[in-house]
Amino acid sequence: MLWQLDLAVLTLVVVVGIGSIMVKDLLGAAIMFGAYSFLMCLLWSIMGAVDVAFTEASVGAGVSTVFFVAAVFRTTRRTKD
Amino acid sequence: MKVVGLIIALLAGSLLVYATADFPPLGDPNSPASVHVSPRYIEKTMEETDVPNIVTSVLADYRGYDTMFETTVIFCAGVACFLLLRVYRREEPQERLYRHVLTGVTIHVKAGKLPPSPDFERIDSAWTPHDLIIKTICRLLIPFIQLFALYVIAHGHHSPGGGFQGGVMLGASVIVLAMSQDLRTAVRRLREKADALMCATGVFIYAGTGALCLLLGSNFLDYSALAPVLHVDPIMARSHGIFMVEVGVGVAVMGVMIWIYNNVSSMGKYDEGL
Repeated sequence: MLWQLDLAVLTLVVVVGIGSIMVKDLLGAAIMFGAYSFLMCLLWSIMGAVDVAFTEASVGAGVSTVFFVAAVFRTTRRTKD
Repeated sequence: MKVVGLIIALLAGSLLVYATADFPPLGDPNSPASVHVSPRYIEKTMEETDVPNIVTSVLADYRGYDTMFETTVIFCAGVACFLLLRVYRREEPQERLYRHVLTGVTIHVKAGKLPPSPDFERIDSAWTPHDLIIKTICRLLIPFIQLFALYVIAHGHHSPGGGFQGGVMLGASVIVLAMSQDLRTAVRRLREKADALMCATGVFIYAGTGALCLLLGSNFLDYSALAPVLHVDPIMARSHGIFMVEVGVGVAVMGVMIWIYNNVSSMGKYDEGL
């Protein structure tokens, strides 16, 4: 695989991962976490683990983001810390 | 406190990075896993189970016991969500909102409800504009999502996919219905009891397949024992056994995903969703 593509995806994973714990808005954090899952899915498929990538895309980027958004919708959007 | 947490996280992270240095490089043919474990599966899967996708055969056949308890874990997650969130106390909402279908006028009804009529439909109190495009597109998409999910479950032997992914997609199709219409529509389609029963049925199908092998005089989850029941040779029986198990996983995962969504999005009241 192209190492440039690898590096770009890896950098984005780190950026989005740090962003999802730093951001104050919990809805933003949920969406960043979804983006993180999607980038991990890309990384899995780059490494050739297509089954894992599929699971990550459906569970991580799909349904768990919906659960997070539902939980944020029913609680509060601002974090305390 | 924040500084302490940061230091702990940095320490643990650097320890992990330090530990990865001991790993064999990715795809190293001389690493223990590539020398002893992988060749066994790569060489024998096709002749032992007749499943081209090695991941599926390892997941559902060679490591079937493991996957059974993964399904159980998912089931437990659904039950935990239900026990934590579900409230049965019927408490009247402060006001109900209804939309007049023809004119789109919203009316607020304090204490009580309108008698059911085709002219008014109930909407959620977190008021969102009526959007025909979203509703119609979701309606159109849901059958295709479900069809693809069934394909993913049934075709897991040959292509990436299987019970977990297909089940999640089946669940997601109902969640899409609940999000685009409202929770009440989705719950009317799939009642809470049916949903809970479905979660348990999925786990039961998995464990039942294993127990059936046990009854037919073989080891737990050794699908080749199913050969006389299915009228195929033992190798093909393993392939069919994997399929039965995948269906169980798919049913359980679908039920749990819908269950969790319904409970979280309505705070356990099953009244007004996302």
